[in-house]
Amino acid sequence: MNLDILIEFAINVLSMGSLYALISLGLVFIFGICQLINFAYGEYITISAYAFYFMSVFTNIPWPIMFLLIILVGVGVGYLSELVAFRPFRGRSLDALLVSSFAISVILQRIFQIGISPRSKAVSVPAFFNLNVSLFGVITPLRNLLLIGVTLILLVVLLIIMKRTPLGIAMRGASENFVTARLMGVPANLVISVAFIISGILAAVVAVFWSVRTGSVEPFMGATPLLVGFIAIVIGGMHSLVGSVIGGYLYALVANVLSLVLPTSLLSYRDAIMFVIVISFLVLKPEGLVRGSYEEERVG
Amino acid sequence: MSVLSHKSPQGNALSVISIKKSEAYFSFANKWSTVVILVGILAIIGSFIWWLNMPLIEDMFTSSTITLIMVLGFQLYMGNSGILNWSYVGYIGIGAFASAIFSMDPDVKALQLPTMYPFLVDLHLPFPLALIGGALFATLIAAIVAWPLMRLSDSVGAITQFALLIVFNVILSQWSEVTNGPRTFTLGHSRQTTLWAALVVAIFVIAAVYYYKESSLGLKLRATRDDRYAARSSGINLVATRYVGYVISAFIGGFAGGLFSHYILSITAASFYMQELFVVLSMLVIGGTMSVSGAFFGTLVVTLARQGLRQVELGLTKSGFEASGTTEIVLAIFMIIFLIWRPRGITGGSELSWSSITKLCRRVFRRGSN
Repeated sequence: MNLDILIEFAINVLSMGSLYALISLGLVFIFGICQLINFAYGEYITISAYAFYFMSVFTNIPWPIMFLLIILVGVGVGYLSELVAFRPFRGRSLDALLVSSFAISVILQRIFQIGISPRSKAVSVPAFFNLNVSLFGVITPLRNLLLIGVTLILLVVLLIIMKRTPLGIAMRGASENFVTARLMGVPANLVISVAFIISGILAAVVAVFWSVRTGSVEPFMGATPLLVGFIAIVIGGMHSLVGSVIGGYLYALVANVLSLVLPTSLLSYRDAIMFVIVISFLVLKPEGLVRGSYEEERVG
Repeated sequence: MSVLSHKSPQGNALSVISIKKSEAYFSFANKWSTVVILVGILAIIGSFIWWLNMPLIEDMFTSSTITLIMVLGFQLYMGNSGILNWSYVGYIGIGAFASAIFSMDPDVKALQLPTMYPFLVDLHLPFPLALIGGALFATLIAAIVAWPLMRLSDSVGAITQFALLIVFNVILSQWSEVTNGPRTFTLGHSRQTTLWAALVVAIFVIAAVYYYKESSLGLKLRATRDDRYAARSSGINLVATRYVGYVISAFIGGFAGGLFSHYILSITAASFYMQELFVVLSMLVIGGTMSVSGAFFGTLVVTLARQGLRQVELGLTKSGFEASGTTEIVLAIFMIIFLIWRPRGITGGSELSWSSITKLCRRVFRRGSN
């Protein structure tokens, strides 16, 4: 195999994988603590993407400040959605939470559709994102390298927070066993809010890179990242932060390989194949690749 | 549970004894009064609308009766097992496409669907058989895929079912040799699901779903919902019990799908995805997942609300305000409100029966006389 192609493939997998890792990390942060699969997570991404769209098209805010503002939007979305839509269900059945998050996602999609536009809107992307750079003789847009770098930094920062700070340790405790953690004096509201806020921040970062990649924003854009996140967290392990990152990169690898290997007639079935992999994982190896605090829940 | 905790009315010892004697009969009659009442309401509304003889209202009734059948099948598994069954809409889709392929005329098929496999083109069955064929095909698919999935509950189970729905959707929307791919699948004959066809099927399905709930299979499934471990230790085979419920639910879904495709006459895979799921789910949640009456009244209330909201939406759009989608927002908000304040829905998880009606009347009159 040609070395150039190999490098190009590696860069593609790594940059896509970074994006997917961030997506699945955002899902797992909430799942680990609340056991909630947040269907509204896709809409967190959409909201931040719309913030990006409005600021980039209608204002002249310099880029660094704009990105900070987008992240603030992510923080607000995460915190508020928890307060309004999920806190009333604390201690209720999981199904109620799931249905509620599904309803929230529908509400937000329709609000974007009515309030902004059902059609997709083009974002104006800062020029340096699409600058082509040459790496080991392979030409690639700067945004791919930027994405890998940003993801790396975020992962390291999160790692330090989770391992070193009291808050991080409390959160890890809460995700291992919420009831015991509360008995040890971990404040439930704080931990859950922080989980949603981190999830919102990750969604904001994903939103920027996702809309730079596609060049536009639309009301239903959150669906694809949500599905990607589902696949990645199931493969990697739903109860482990490390697992979800690994799952994200692995998904990118499998998806890229499938695109190369599958004949064109079967290419449109790629999603179906991915989800069959998901189902077989859930049936055969439900703890995922990284076990985390998984407990056997099945019957029969 | 309502069966187990059936209480005899208070009174002196003698009357209690005499009630005890006739209780078996009364509880039987009371139990089945639910079906009689629900079927009665549906039949009266149906006959009245038939008597009115207004095509628009007749269409509305037919389509909402089909939706009722869908919600009943949804309730059969989700209500009794307590597992969110996202994949259900997929079986509706499978039934819709399969029965349409069975019932279409070969010549029309060759014209409308040039990419279809030749052996499918030659298939031709009369309408009722095509419906049953479509439903059986959906059942077959469910029977093949479901067994390993029945072991999973809670969030893992929900993701599995969700993933299954996506798999169904991708296959339905990409397999152009069978479903005409992402393009519209037009049946090319006149409407065969009439008001009476939908009504008769709905009556059978109400009775069947209720019978299932009260049968030993349904009782077992409800036991697994209420306490997984206690049910297992009482010797209930969870996987088998869930499996039977899931497959029956897929049969009803497939049947409803067949009625739907022969009513609407042009379908795409996108008709059987999130949007349809949301409609069915909101009906069941608002009505009350745990009871057949919940499915019935949820469908009734949400259908009426949707029709009303649709009019408001149209009015707003006419006055120049882009408002399509308001209906979904209002329904979703109501769903959340119900989940917070009345998580068992309008019916509160119990069945509407003769005794519950008399109790309600008594309470209303007592309040009135005070």
